[in-house]
Parts: sequence; C-alpha cells; structure tokens
Amino acid sequence: MNDSTDQAPALECRDIVRTFGKFKAVDHVSFSVPEGSFFSILGPSGCGKTTILRMAAGFLEPDSGDIYIKGKSMLGVGPNKRPVNMVFQHLALFPMMNVADNIGYGLRRRGVAKAEIAVRVKAVLERIGLADSGAKRISQLSGGQKQRIAIARCLVLEPDVLLLDEPLGALDLKLREHMKVELKKLQNDFGTTFVYITHDQSEALVMSDQVAVMNKGVFEQVGSAQELYYHPDTAFVAGFVGDSNRWRGRIDAADASSVKLTTADGLSFAATPPKAGGLGAGGEVDIFVRPESVQIARAEADVQAMDNRLQGRVESVLFNGANSRVLVREPRSGGEIDVALPQTGAFHELRKGEDIWLGWGKDQAKCFAAGEAG
Amino acid sequence: MKKRLGFYLLLAPLLLWLFGLIIVPHIDMFFLSLQEKLGPGDYQTSLANYAAFFNEPLYWNTFARTAIMSILATMITLLIAFPVSYYIAKLAQGRIRAVLFTLCLLPFWVSELVRTFGWMILLRETGVLSHLLQWTGLAGQPVEMLYNDATIMVGLVYTSMLFMVVPLVTTLDSLDNAHVEAGYDLGGNGWSVLREIVIPHAMPGIVSGSIVVFMLCLGNYLTPILLGGKSSLWFTEQIYDQFITRFNWEQGSAFGFLLLILSSAIVWTGLRLTGQNLSSTMGDGGER
Amino acid sequence: MTTATKTIRLALVAGVALAFGAGAVQAETLRLLTWGGYAPDAVVKMFKAETGIDVEVTKSNNEEMIAKLRATGGGGFDLAQPSQDRVTGAQSEHNIYKPIDLSKIDSAKFITSMLEATKGNTTLDGKVYGVPHIWGTSGLVLDRSKAGSVKDYTDLCGDAVKGKVSYRLKRPTLIGFAFAMGMDPFAAYGDKAKYQEVMNKVEAKLIDCKANVKAYWTGGDALLNLLRSGEVVAAMAWDTGGWKLNKDNANITFVAPKSGALGWIDTFALPRKTKAEDAAYKWINFVMQPKIAAMITASAGNFTASKGADAFAEDALKKRFQDSFPQEAIDNIKWYPPVPAGLEDIEGKVLDRVKAAK
Repeated sequence: MNDSTDQAPALECRDIVRTFGKFKAVDHVSFSVPEGSFFSILGPSGCGKTTILRMAAGFLEPDSGDIYIKGKSMLGVGPNKRPVNMVFQHLALFPMMNVADNIGYGLRRRGVAKAEIAVRVKAVLERIGLADSGAKRISQLSGGQKQRIAIARCLVLEPDVLLLDEPLGALDLKLREHMKVELKKLQNDFGTTFVYITHDQSEALVMSDQVAVMNKGVFEQVGSAQELYYHPDTAFVAGFVGDSNRWRGRIDAADASSVKLTTADGLSFAATPPKAGGLGAGGEVDIFVRPESVQIARAEADVQAMDNRLQGRVESVLFNGANSRVLVREPRSGGEIDVALPQTGAFHELRKGEDIWLGWGKDQAKCFAAGEAG
Repeated sequence: MKKRLGFYLLLAPLLLWLFGLIIVPHIDMFFLSLQEKLGPGDYQTSLANYAAFFNEPLYWNTFARTAIMSILATMITLLIAFPVSYYIAKLAQGRIRAVLFTLCLLPFWVSELVRTFGWMILLRETGVLSHLLQWTGLAGQPVEMLYNDATIMVGLVYTSMLFMVVPLVTTLDSLDNAHVEAGYDLGGNGWSVLREIVIPHAMPGIVSGSIVVFMLCLGNYLTPILLGGKSSLWFTEQIYDQFITRFNWEQGSAFGFLLLILSSAIVWTGLRLTGQNLSSTMGDGGER
Repeated sequence: MTTATKTIRLALVAGVALAFGAGAVQAETLRLLTWGGYAPDAVVKMFKAETGIDVEVTKSNNEEMIAKLRATGGGGFDLAQPSQDRVTGAQSEHNIYKPIDLSKIDSAKFITSMLEATKGNTTLDGKVYGVPHIWGTSGLVLDRSKAGSVKDYTDLCGDAVKGKVSYRLKRPTLIGFAFAMGMDPFAAYGDKAKYQEVMNKVEAKLIDCKANVKAYWTGGDALLNLLRSGEVVAAMAWDTGGWKLNKDNANITFVAPKSGALGWIDTFALPRKTKAEDAAYKWINFVMQPKIAAMITASAGNFTASKGADAFAEDALKKRFQDSFPQEAIDNIKWYPPVPAGLEDIEGKVLDRVKAAK
C-alpha cells in the first residue's frame, strides 16, 4: 500500500512470530505503516496485539521475522535506543516528578541542555493546551489532561512512530468520545505516525487511516474502516466489526456471485460469497446482515423485490434518536432480528406486537464458511 | 454516643500501652538521670550525669563509634537488600518468590544468641571457614575472622537484613512495571531508570527500612559483644554496665536518654539530607 | 435479710475463701534467685516430694541479682544467693535484704569455720544477712602442655602465650592482677585513694598486656570453646571450668596461681519482701544435708559448706580438686572481703579505659 512512494514505511513488520511456551501469540504477521498515518490494530483481548506493540517498542524480541523502523532493522536494538515511544495503557506518568519533569525526562536522557529542555517542554505544553501546567503534580491532573501529558511526553522526543496501548480504556465514556477526536487532532497536528491498539472497534474506526483486525495471532484483514465495515474478508471481521444479524445454514447451491442456503429451522436465504470463493454445495456457512441493511415494510408487496424476505412480530422498540432499533421475532426459528429504523422516522409509530415484513438484497448478506466469528 | 464509646475502646489499648509501658518508664528514667550520686544513699538533683557524657571522651567516642558503625551497617544492608528485594518483588514468580521471602525470614526462627553463635562457629580460628580456606590451599595457616569490627558488621547486616527487605519489597511491589518500561522507552538506561524512577518510588521503603535497621543496630547488644574484638566498645554495653555492674542507674538513665536523643537527631538529619519526612514515609507512602 | 439468704451468703463466702485458701496452699512456691547448677532438677523434685513446695528457679549472677532486687525493692523472689562479698554493700545502699533468723538454720549441718566467716562478712549493724552455701575459686585454666610457663596472672602477658590468652574485663581480673603484681587490693578496700592507686597500676599493666589477649571472654561457654579448640591456651577463669575441660583433655586443668586463687562463697540471703520465708528456711536446711549437698556439688562443680558432704562427693572431682590445690595453695586462697559501696565506679572506669585502649 506504500509502494507508490519511494520512502520507507515508518514501521514495517515482516513475518514476525512470537510464542510464549506453547502459546502462539503472534503467528507470521506482516504489515507496514506508512509515514504520518494512523494505524490501528483491533482485536479481542488475548489476540496478540499487545505482543506486536511490545515487540515494536523493544520490550520483546520476535522469535523470527524482522521489524523495520524507517527501513532500519530493530532486531537487538534496546527499547531506549529505538526511535519509537509508547503511551502505556495506564499512561505510566512518573508520580514523583511534576508535569514538566515528566515531559523533559526523555530530553534529559538525550543530554539536551537544560535551557533547551525548558523551551521545548514549554512549546509542547502550549501545543496540547496545558501551557501553565508545568509545575503541577501528576495527581492534580484530570484524566484527560493526564492523557495529553502522556502523549506530549512522547511527542516531545519526535519519535518516528508513536505506539499507543489502549490509552483510552481507563476513561469514562464521555471523555473517551472526546479524546478520540482529540487524539486524531493531535496526530494531525504533529504529523507523527501512530500505531494504536484497542479492542474497542469504535476507537479504531473513528481515528484510523488503516485498521488491522487481529484474531488468534494473525491479521484477519487490513484496510480502511469503510472496507472493513462494508467488505469484510472473513467471518471474524464481519462479526467483530459493527453489529450484524447472523444465521448458520447449509449451502443448497453456490456460484461465483451468489449462494443459496437453508438454516436448520428451514429458513432459506440468498447471500453473496466472499471474494476468495471456495464455497460449494453442502458446506456449512454463516451469513451476516447488518441491521441498517434490513428494510421494514408493513406489506409483503413492499419487499417483494428483495432476495430475502421474512415476516415477524415486533418484540420491542429501542428508541435512541438516529440510532433507534427495533427487535423483531421471527416465528419459525424463534430468533430475534435486529433492525435499524430508518432515520426518516417513517416507522416511528411501530408498536410492540405488530406484524411486519423484513427484506434485504443478497448483496447485503455476507456469506462465509462457518467458523468462529468475532 | 455509641460510636464515641467504640472509638475510645479501640483507642484504650494503644493509650495504655503508650502511657503505661513507654511514657511512664521514660519519665521515671528521666528523673533518675537527673540524680547525682554523692555517696551511698545520698543524691542531689543536677545535670552531672549528662555532663559526664560530654566530659569523658571515652563515652562520646563510644557513642560516635556506635553511631558510625550503625550507619555503615545500615548502608551495607541497604546495598545488599535492594537488589534482593527488587528480585523478589519484580523478577521472581510465584513459588520462587515465596521461597526467597522465607529464606530471608529463616534466620529469625532461632534466637539472636543462637544466630550469633552460628557466626562464631563459622568464623573462629578453628572454625568452618578457616578450615575451608586451608583445605582449598587459599590459606597456609588458621585464619581468625572473629573479634574485629568487620565481624560485627557482618553480624549486624545479617541480623538486620529482613527489616530492610520487607519494607523494600512492599514498596517495590507497588511500583508499576509500566513505569520502568516507560523509563526505558523514553531513552533511559538501567542506571538512570534506577536513579530517577525506581529509587524515588522506593524511597519510603528505603527510609523506613533504614530507620528501623539503624535503630536496631544502635540498640543491638549481643552481636557487638560476642563478635567484637578486644577494643570494640558499643554504647548499649555502656548502658548495661552502668546499670548492672556499676549499680549506677543514674548514669545509665542519662546514657539511655542521650541514646534516645542523639539517635533521633541522627534520624532527623538523615531525613533532612534525603529530603524525606516521617509522615510520608510511615503514612501513605507517597502518591501512586 | 432472712436467715436463709444469710446462710447462703455465708456459705458462698466460705466457699470462695476455701477455694482461694486451698489454691494458695497447693501453689506454695519458693522463688529462688540463684546461679546455674545450684538447684538441679533432681533436688527440686526431692524437695517437692518431701515438703510439697514447688521451687521456681531463676538463674542469674551477682550483678543481675542486685539489679533485679533493687528494681523491686527486694521483691519478686523469696531466696537469693549472692556472693558473701556483695551482700553488705548492696544492703547498705539499697536495703534489699532482711536479716536471717539463725534460730531457724540448722547450724550443725554447716562447716563451722565457714559459717562463722560468712556470718562475719555479711553482718551489717549487728544483723546477719547471709549463710554460706557453695564456695569456689577463680584462678588460671591452662593447657599445661602449651602454657607451662604460666604460674601467675602476670605470666599471661608473657611472649610464650602471645595471642593465646583470654580473661574477662571484670573486677576479679583487676583483683587477681593486683595480687600478682605484689599489691594487696583487699587491704586498700577501705581507702578509695589508695585503691585508685592500685587500680591505676593494674590498668597500665592490662593495657600493656592487651596485645597478648585473643579476646576478652564474656560467657563461660564461649571461654570453654576457646580452650577446647586450642585457640586459647591460658585463661583466667573459675575452677569448675578447668575441671570440666579436664574430663575431656587431661592437659587442661585449673591451676591456683602463685599469688593465690581468689576465693568466693555464695550465700543464702532473704530478699526484703520475701513471701515464703518458711519455705526458704526449709530449702536451706534441706540442701545442706550431706547427700543433697553432694548432688549439688556434682551439678555445680563446686564444693559446699555442708559438713560431711565430702564423703558423698564424686572421687574424680575430689582428685581434680587435690591436683589443683595442694595444701599450701588452699592456705593461700584470697577470700573476697565485703566490697564497700563505691568501688565499682573506680573499677568500671579502669575497665572502660582498658577496653578503649588501642
């Protein structure tokens, strides 16, 4: 993805492997992060994302493979010698130093002159909007301020890559929403390459230029937020990124552009096979349908043109403004279907117990070989 | 009302203990120390016993020697205990950790007298170590390792180790590994991380451990007496002698008070020099 | 109040009194403040069988006995065993003892000369405060094969035994050296200035001698180990220590120095606040029986003031005694006279300076 420029990527991992005892934490992972971009690794806890980050920072060495930063191999280079810095999950601000000393720590280690350190610390504090907080103690800061100080402490060193280990995890929801925007802005301002790991898809989707979805030590898919959301490559990605309704069934007939299947309850669906293909009749598959892809109708005629149609009864209406949902009970399987209400407000008078029709096109139903989904 | 009663009930044992076992005897000792003995059964109130300490070089030399050796023993204990504690708190896992901690505790399962005799068996001229040295050919003749100041030091450090390790392990345990990693990540090397992050964090433990060890060394009696050489005077020995062999309780009390005051002054100076204060050391242990 | 309730109350009170009284009788104990070996378990058991009295033994030494009794004004113990020279000084200064009622002592069981001597030494204002129990000496313990040259305390400073000598930094050492240097410290007891002069000379000698000393011993076991291992070949110590080592190594034994061994007698004295005076007299008369006294000799290593106990003493011990003490050495024993109050200060400062000297 970086082939078009002659510049070496900020961070590149080639076929790295890392095991802990018998557990394969990272299993032949390769990726590269272009200069100045915001790259996220998204995955459930235990997927190996932290291991990758710690290998990039230098706290762990890969068993095999190589890590390059700006084209230089980092094998055998200690964490204090790498041009990368890390923002820790709990920030790891030094409580015995004040804010200015925290930010100046790295510069002192580099032997920068005292006066110069003061100037640079002041400058970075101004840039993050905490100009007069230098003399404060860490315990006097709010959660969001600590966050910014932790990032400033790294950015003042002008690292080639900034690694962030779920730094928003400890914040409350509202502040987290705010910090997402703020982080992205900081990244833009400083133009530093960010590698961000998280298990929270919305953090990854909102901020990143590129997101890698990781599961069980491997990258399932790397792409932009839109690609992951609309064109998942694997069942795991389809299940993990965004919400989906899903069904499992057996293939009745399959060709390159469509698959017909029947669930154990006898429901028949048409779906789109993955790009990689490889699905044949008789195989067990999962299909994923996003709530917003499902159309609601009061009469069957309104969804007559859809590839897939179901009748159900409204179980409950979950009103949440633009994100309102309705849960529909499908009588044959007894399963619940999650449907987004149109933002036009067309169905806002839906009541519990009403019978309605649901329909969606086969393009909206992604079909993957049955397996473990996120 | 009921709440108040409970509070006082809880406070009562502490007050009883403080008052009955510490304050009252000290007041008694203080008045005793102000009695100057003129003859059998004939006393007058004066500061003569305190003056004796400052006028007799032997006494304050003994105190200075005791204090300096105790400070030295405290420093050596700290130097040895710090890596041990760091290993126990940060590097050792699960069972090894428990085993190591128990090892530190082990010497305290026997009395101090037995421990000291153990050292004597090891270090004496016809002892284990001397034989070992001769057997390996490192020494041509029996080596006497007892009866000198270095032996006292060994004994004091050995006896004090646990009292340094426990507070150090406790504070180091609370050091977030991420702080150490952050220290490296931001360009620090082992030494600067130790100096700027680990030691400042462990400071409350270092200070409280050092105070305890210093006081224990200063107040130790058996180790210096049994392991020390012909010229090794120890201040507690002076106090014991005044009380027991010279029947001079008045002088002994004055010495006891001087020990209390001077050692407190040394601890206070030490706290000042390291920029610590007692409440942060003994209290909340600093902010996390 | 009705008669019935009155009776019940009386009965209750009587019952309680009885319970306490019975408890007191059952728990009659003699709290004995003594030296190690002076009250062996076997003797304590025999005493209990004969009289029903328990003996609670606390082991101590002269200085600690005085300190303990001083702290309580003569309470906490029912019978103490200080040396005869340390009774009157402590009594005149601290008033911790009460006079002995000699009519309750079976004087026929004592060696008469010793009883009279002790009575004389422990008399204050016409009242007797002590009767003798055990006596012994301190002198030299030598490995005769290696320290044949040592005949007196001052010989400990000779080159022949350089670095292989040990003694205590305590008053017997000062006294012993004074005699060996041809002075009579006991004669100077009454005159502080003269005593100071004697002690100054001893101080100079001991400082001079310091290079010869391996260690100043502080406990009996430590000294025995030094001698047993051969790290020390000549020491100033008690006779029993020498005899104990003699059992294992025939070369080592106690030798009475030329200037005379220093003789001590440990007494029985009643603490002023004794709570079991009768039991104390019973114990004194009990242990002075020849057979019992011989048992105590076997345990403590020293002979007692009991008349006729020699007949029951172990032959080996008698043999060792005779080896160490030819008749002229017995005649030459310097018995400690009572220590006047105040000498401890002079001695203490001398000892401090010796220890501090380089």
